[in-house]
Amino acid sequence: MIRSAFVALSLCASPLFAQDDLLKLLGEEETGPTYATASFKSTRVINGHSLENTARGVLDFRISHRFGYVNSGVDGFWGLDDATIRLGLDYGITDRLMIGIGRSSYQKTVDGFTKYKILRQCTSGCSMPITLSFLATSSITTLQTEQLPWYDPTRTDYFTHRMAYTFQVILGRKFNENLSLQLNPGVVHRNLVGRAEEANDVIHISAAGRFKLTKRLALTTEYFYILPDQIDAKYHNSFSVGVDIETGGHVFQLQFTNSTGMFERSFITETEGQWGKGDIRYGFNISRVFTVAKPKKPKE
Amino acid sequence: MRIACTRYKPKNMNTLKTISLALALVPAMLSAQERFATRTGHIAFFSETSMENIEGNNRKVTSVFDATTGAIEFAALIKAFEFEKALMQEHFNENYMESNTFPKATFKGKLTGVGEDEMKKEGNYTVTVAGDLTIHGVTKPITAKGTLTVDAAGQVKATSEFLVNPEDHGIKIPSVVRSNIAESIKVIVKLDYAKM
Repeated sequence: MIRSAFVALSLCASPLFAQDDLLKLLGEEETGPTYATASFKSTRVINGHSLENTARGVLDFRISHRFGYVNSGVDGFWGLDDATIRLGLDYGITDRLMIGIGRSSYQKTVDGFTKYKILRQCTSGCSMPITLSFLATSSITTLQTEQLPWYDPTRTDYFTHRMAYTFQVILGRKFNENLSLQLNPGVVHRNLVGRAEEANDVIHISAAGRFKLTKRLALTTEYFYILPDQIDAKYHNSFSVGVDIETGGHVFQLQFTNSTGMFERSFITETEGQWGKGDIRYGFNISRVFTVAKPKKPKE
Repeated sequence: MRIACTRYKPKNMNTLKTISLALALVPAMLSAQERFATRTGHIAFFSETSMENIEGNNRKVTSVFDATTGAIEFAALIKAFEFEKALMQEHFNENYMESNTFPKATFKGKLTGVGEDEMKKEGNYTVTVAGDLTIHGVTKPITAKGTLTVDAAGQVKATSEFLVNPEDHGIKIPSVVRSNIAESIKVIVKLDYAKM
């Protein structure tokens, strides 16, 4: 009887002593789902698109540069004498939808694209292991008719011959802080091809990866594999290797690639260079972001 | 110490019930805890340099304040800090705070300068808060002055302003951007408590 009373008293008295961890009394907060961020440091891996989008209200100014072939030796100053440029502007309409335009000096091509994040990889609060995006791009060659590589005075050329479209599904995952991988299966549609044997619709799949070396330095690589018997034998698969350096507002991407152009029709289906022969171009992309539309400030 | 329930004889049950009832009332009288809590506390930090101004706001800070003992605690989720620039928010989380590894900043300490009885009266009180602040996994003691306001409805508002040095908490700032971030960051805390 006295024993039971003693037990009862000690149990009643315990709340008086538990002053530690007051916050535990509140219980766990219900936080919404959190999505994986910064799987890649930029919206492009090297030539191809990454699964990242430009954030809402942000304008990304991109300058991309490709020099000549490294095997041009001292005469071509190992490629530095030669250059093609692409200037582009990307804008994030929402956190999931972005658009962009650009112009390349290579074949004087104007390109535009839109990319939408359909599924987002979730780190907590939901279960989605991958990020899935859809990319649609189009390009127009604005060279004078006589300058076009396929110009033939004996044949009628249509404006639409200058156009090509690319559709890709980007499937990627940030495995951990240091490793992100993605696959981009897609199709490049070219309105005009060289010979009847070549496919107007070129099916391809690319694999790309980012390996973070330090907080601001990452190694990137991408390879575009084209399914056999679709393009002329003089064209090869595009392979690139590069390094991303991030500073306050810029991302500098330095790379080596065998492709010349920086728009999909060119680097996917018209890559002439071969790594084995030293047809490698040094190039860089610079991305500079500007916040154009500030998020709405909540009322105090 | 076992409660040998089966050995009780029916005639002792009434005494047992009375004593148990009395014991049950004891905690209610002794622990009339004056506890206040909030899940929507606001913490803002400011870094002003000639190169760049950085401001982050977290409006989902959780905090509990026990007026009886003076114990005060709060926790802020790093990913809940919002910035005007999305890239600034990304760098804050990825490169500086490493919020995937250290998701929360916490404070555990004691508030002195106001007693439990004063808390029941309307007024503004100057208080001192002293305790341990843990940011980026590194705990450092901190003391700050603050103001506690009790309004007519018995609601408690607390505000405080103090400085934090990021390097004290193991946050590495590369020399390239060293002049973009102030040596000491000004932190402003505003909490509107409700009785728990």
